[in-house]
Amino acid sequence: MEPESRKILVLFAHPGQRYSQANAQLAEAASMSPGVTFVDLYAEYPRFKINIETEQQRLLDHDVIVFQFPMFWYSTPALLKEWQDLVLEYGFAYGEGGDKIAGKLFLPVVTTGGPEDFYRVGGRNNFPLRDLLSPLEQTANLCGLRFIPPYTLYAAPKAIGNERMNRHLEGYRQLLKALRENRLDMDAAVKLPVLTDDTLPLIKEATP
Amino acid sequence: MTGLLFQAFVYLCAAVIAVPVAKRLGLGSVLGYLIAGIVIGPVLGLVGSETEGIQHIAEFGVVMMLFLVGLELEPRTLWTMRNKLLGLGGLQVGVTIVLVMAAAMALGQPATIALAIGLVFSLSSTAIVLQTLNEKGLMKSDGGQSSFSVLLFQDIAVIPMLALIPLLALPELAHHGDGHGGGHGAEFSLIEGLAGWQVAIVNIAAIAAVIAGGHYLSRPMFRFIAASKLREIFTAAALLLVVAIAFLMTLVGLSPALGTFLAGVVLANSEFRHELESDIEPFKGLLLGLFFITVGAGIDFTLLFNNAASVFGLTIGLMVLKAAVLLGLAYMFKLRGADQWLFTLALAQAGEFGFVLLSFTVQNSVIPTDLADLLLLVVALSMLLTPALFILFDRVVLPRMDKDQGRDADEITEKGAAIICGMGRFGQVINRVLKGNGYETVVLDLSAETVDGFNRFGIRTFYGDASRPDLLGAAGLEEAGLLVVAIDDMERALEIVKHARRERPDLHIVARARNRHHVYEFYKAGADDIVRETFDSAVRASRYALEAFGIHPHEAEKLVTMFENHDRDGIRRLARLYDPDIPAFENEPYMKLAREIQEEMEDALSDRPSVHDEVRRAWLPPGAKAQDD
Repeated sequence: MEPESRKILVLFAHPGQRYSQANAQLAEAASMSPGVTFVDLYAEYPRFKINIETEQQRLLDHDVIVFQFPMFWYSTPALLKEWQDLVLEYGFAYGEGGDKIAGKLFLPVVTTGGPEDFYRVGGRNNFPLRDLLSPLEQTANLCGLRFIPPYTLYAAPKAIGNERMNRHLEGYRQLLKALRENRLDMDAAVKLPVLTDDTLPLIKEATP
Repeated sequence: MTGLLFQAFVYLCAAVIAVPVAKRLGLGSVLGYLIAGIVIGPVLGLVGSETEGIQHIAEFGVVMMLFLVGLELEPRTLWTMRNKLLGLGGLQVGVTIVLVMAAAMALGQPATIALAIGLVFSLSSTAIVLQTLNEKGLMKSDGGQSSFSVLLFQDIAVIPMLALIPLLALPELAHHGDGHGGGHGAEFSLIEGLAGWQVAIVNIAAIAAVIAGGHYLSRPMFRFIAASKLREIFTAAALLLVVAIAFLMTLVGLSPALGTFLAGVVLANSEFRHELESDIEPFKGLLLGLFFITVGAGIDFTLLFNNAASVFGLTIGLMVLKAAVLLGLAYMFKLRGADQWLFTLALAQAGEFGFVLLSFTVQNSVIPTDLADLLLLVVALSMLLTPALFILFDRVVLPRMDKDQGRDADEITEKGAAIICGMGRFGQVINRVLKGNGYETVVLDLSAETVDGFNRFGIRTFYGDASRPDLLGAAGLEEAGLLVVAIDDMERALEIVKHARRERPDLHIVARARNRHHVYEFYKAGADDIVRETFDSAVRASRYALEAFGIHPHEAEKLVTMFENHDRDGIRRLARLYDPDIPAFENEPYMKLAREIQEEMEDALSDRPSVHDEVRRAWLPPGAKAQDD
């Protein structure tokens, strides 16, 4: 049986795209992937005037919601935060009658400046990445979204131009394809702290 | 050859000297040409006998002008004008004919001659009026449009008049007409010896040929010629077209001006329209100029001096009569204020078609030669006086309309949180935003038209000069929380700000400036927020320009934001060095700082690594060091 193709929305937020290489390549990979609606939020809302109606409709039209961003001060860039503040309205995403996006999948795709060993208890950043992203995870929970651990590229500036970047890019393509074909092993995935290119729990056959 | 060159030298010389001088004096080019003609003709006697011959060439300027007028008019526009064209134009011609005829009969002329004089005088000068309206940019106003409709009707009305005049012939004048020469009598004619109905058929066929040819043949023909990529051949073709139509029209006894006008209308939708326009335009300008010079040169000063009283009396009488008719019609057709006076003053003269009709009446033995010569003077003199009427309009009517207009300031019956001075395109927006958010405003404006319009629209607006302290007081200067100064007149705007600041040190004042010098003046006068009227929109447009070059929208936003900040900061620094008494380009410290600021800006906007890069600074991910990529 042909699996039903799921529609993926990638919301990309990076305010300094001129100086980004890792995210630019990831953005290109996402925008080229079949079944993906790719939105460059900073291009669409350079003056932060987010159109709530448009954005909510986009959420309704897709099955998987991806936030792709570089970590800025342990959180999303400002415009993506603004997006959350405005679009995830009471009565739409949460609260009374706020079940409009419940049941959809939610995946953060993040890059960090620091290496992996910064992100642990006692490390420079004191917290594992997954813990730092707990506001996003709890937001997903509140909205009834199924949270997938962040697909992560640590020390992104150092990955540019070497094999690590290529593997990460290929992993991103695989992940998007698997999400579209419903081949991501969700039970295995949620147990992982973060997803990386070598920990993707993919299953061969699509699950109906 | 030398004679011809001498003539050309004299005519061109006169034009080149007189026209710029006349324009500098605010008299308009037409009066310049007329004066040039008077100087080289009657005054210096450099030209004389040949003016009539030249006049025939020069009349071609009128023909070309109507071709261009036609080009400007799409048939649809003409259709929307039909009410004014027939109503206003028809009544103007009809009523003027009747009144002039009555006056002439009262002066003892027989009915036929009186009617002919009525026909001659009912027309106005398309050439002078259109030229002047265009030069003054009044074409689009209601008054200009109405004038245009009437002129158009008159130009069309010439044809039935030419048909009517032979019927008025007086037997006792027959056989000794033709003393006047020229006119539009063609050397050979297609309609000679034809019966009336046959003439009609030939005429209709000719007009049909012009319309059909313009519609179906012109496009392939021009495309073929344009493909040759020879600019001068296209010009030649454009001239040929006009000459050919004029020739055809003369052959069948129709007005060449009307024929080319029609051709222009037919070609108005053509893609070659603008090229035709620009090709014909210089010829039109020169030939029309020549026409006016010949009118000036042809003025018979001996006759004029011998009959000065009657000529001037008739001219003034005619112009007053025509003005009265026009004023009444303007009122009937709901033209008001400046438009009414523009319409009245613009058309209160006789026109170049008057010359044509006069020579035609002489040829057809309708008007005796000596009377025709006298009437010719009246026509010429009234044309000569037309620029004076326009000056009257500019100097007397317009200032009164715009400023005092004989209208007292409205009594201001409201008070509001904000006073808005100036309800132009700028003030309107502010008023809408404030009102829309529940703030009461008191709006003042100095244009009666604007005030009445807004009041009719339902936005309470008061008429008055906001630079008058008593009016500002009445508008609530003592209590208001905000004053917005958005008037065009910078002197007045500054007065308002200074006065308001004196009276109310705590009042918040928002002022609109034309340019940066006004910004400095406003700083000095004490305004709080100063907005350059086009700065923000220009910044927005430049952001679009950057985006068009493929720069990421957010990047473009950052770049123009930085530009804005730099510019605002720079203008504050420059304001301290600005001295209203020294022209900016001679103010050395000012110029030096301006150059420095400009360099800083260029450095900041460029990617020069030595410069502190604000764009990078603001937008690199926190925690990451700037990569030197």
